[in-house]
Amino acid sequence: MRLGFVLREMGAGLRRNFTMTLSVVLVTMVSLFFLGLGLLVQQQVSILKGDWYDRVQVSIFLCGEVSGEERCPTGPVTTEQRDALRAQLEASPLVDRVFYESQQEAYDNFLEQYDDALTENVTPDQLPESFRVRLTEPDRYEEIREQFAGQPGVEDVPDQRAILGPLFAAMDGATRVAIGLAALMLLCSVLLVSTTIRLTAFSRRRETSIMRLVGASRALIQLPFVLEGVVASFVGAVLASGALYALVEFGVGRLNDRPDFTTRLVETADVLWPTAPVLVGVGLVFSVVASLLSLRRWLRV
Amino acid sequence: MITFEHVSKVYGEGYRPALAEVTLQIDKGDFVFLVGPSGSGKSTFLRLVLKEEKASSGTVQVAGRDVGRLRSWKVPALRREIGVVFQDFRLLTDKSVFENVAFALQVLGRPRHVIAQSVPETLALVGLQGKEKRRPHELSGGEQQRVAIARAFVNRPSLLLADEPTGNLDPETSVGIMKLLDRINRTGTTIVMATHDDDIVDQMRKRVVELRDGRVVRDEDRGVYGSAR
Repeated sequence: MRLGFVLREMGAGLRRNFTMTLSVVLVTMVSLFFLGLGLLVQQQVSILKGDWYDRVQVSIFLCGEVSGEERCPTGPVTTEQRDALRAQLEASPLVDRVFYESQQEAYDNFLEQYDDALTENVTPDQLPESFRVRLTEPDRYEEIREQFAGQPGVEDVPDQRAILGPLFAAMDGATRVAIGLAALMLLCSVLLVSTTIRLTAFSRRRETSIMRLVGASRALIQLPFVLEGVVASFVGAVLASGALYALVEFGVGRLNDRPDFTTRLVETADVLWPTAPVLVGVGLVFSVVASLLSLRRWLRV
Repeated sequence: MITFEHVSKVYGEGYRPALAEVTLQIDKGDFVFLVGPSGSGKSTFLRLVLKEEKASSGTVQVAGRDVGRLRSWKVPALRREIGVVFQDFRLLTDKSVFENVAFALQVLGRPRHVIAQSVPETLALVGLQGKEKRRPHELSGGEQQRVAIARAFVNRPSLLLADEPTGNLDPETSVGIMKLLDRINRTGTTIVMATHDDDIVDQMRKRVVELRDGRVVRDEDRGVYGSAR
């Protein structure tokens, strides 16, 4: 009976202030959309990092006939140097497995990867032989690089991280922008919720004054107002999750379907968990806080 | 039912007190007129009884409760024992007569069958049977006040406060309202009525408490409006 009463009062409030309710829903939706976008970009970053660390191989290129004087002062790598390097690698606890790629193998791979126009002038002795090393802990990539770069017979240990670093930096930047916008919009939605409650409380001051006089409890008087904010924010959070789902499904999802696109991207499953529940939770917490703050001021019992 | 002991109420520093050292006892079943010019402290008296305001000094006791020390979460329980009627009726215009009276029971969580029984009973008591489905604007002023009284009384409070209940009504209608309040008083309900209506006070011959500048200047049984004019 009393629950029914609270729900009816809440419904009446939502209808009476329909335009305000709608604006709360939309502002909440936009703010949570940006928050969700930030979360998804972060998820994408961690997917990329994970994949890259799985795949990472340190390539140690050895000196050959064509290597320059300054990088290889001792000339082409000797058998002793090569064996010493291999022994060092195999002894290192950081190294999982070591593959050796000879100049001929490098040439074969090169032919496979590039078309004829590029390959016809290349001969096997122009390509460096190398050790391809898989690490036990990809994070400690730098240690291997420092240990082997500059050793006799080693031409170069290129830092693959330098290629991906700017990408990660850009994505972190995008996350910060999205979260910043989300914070600003959340502030808007908190202010809007409290304004809405103020207006609703004003338009229903007759009801609430009668409720006070006949001895309704504070909870009963205030609950419909809190629930109005909660319902509006919940709808906003659901709409924001829906918009993100559509974005991933129709935007990102298309890229994933292309056979030549091998990078793993965020999927709709990532929207459903954990992004959407986080958005709903944040929306609810913010609306409850906003309504309690404004009720303390505008609906004293 | 109501005991005021040396009660003063000052609304702001430097202002004249709205009530000054008021000591007054109203027993269960009394019918008391509170008379006096505007600003004499009648409304403040009623607001202190309802704990809409807190006394600046002195003790206010209502229905066995020390109102000044009442915790805020216990205030609703106090108000459930008090019915209130105003000069401007304060009905909900978008609800029918029945719904207006039922509202007072709904917010207290009374079960449906109780509402279905006590609302028609109370409407019959105030003389509004057959008008349950009307809206307030379809009723005369006197009828609207009867709805307000029904709403104040439907929960069978032991105390009914009336703030100028006949202030907006013509003399003939006012007499009808007074007869109704008298009938409610005979059920054992204490009634405190603040009023300017000298005819009514003179006719009813009930206890009269006169306030002037926040002080009780007269308190007599079976009194008349007298000097307060």
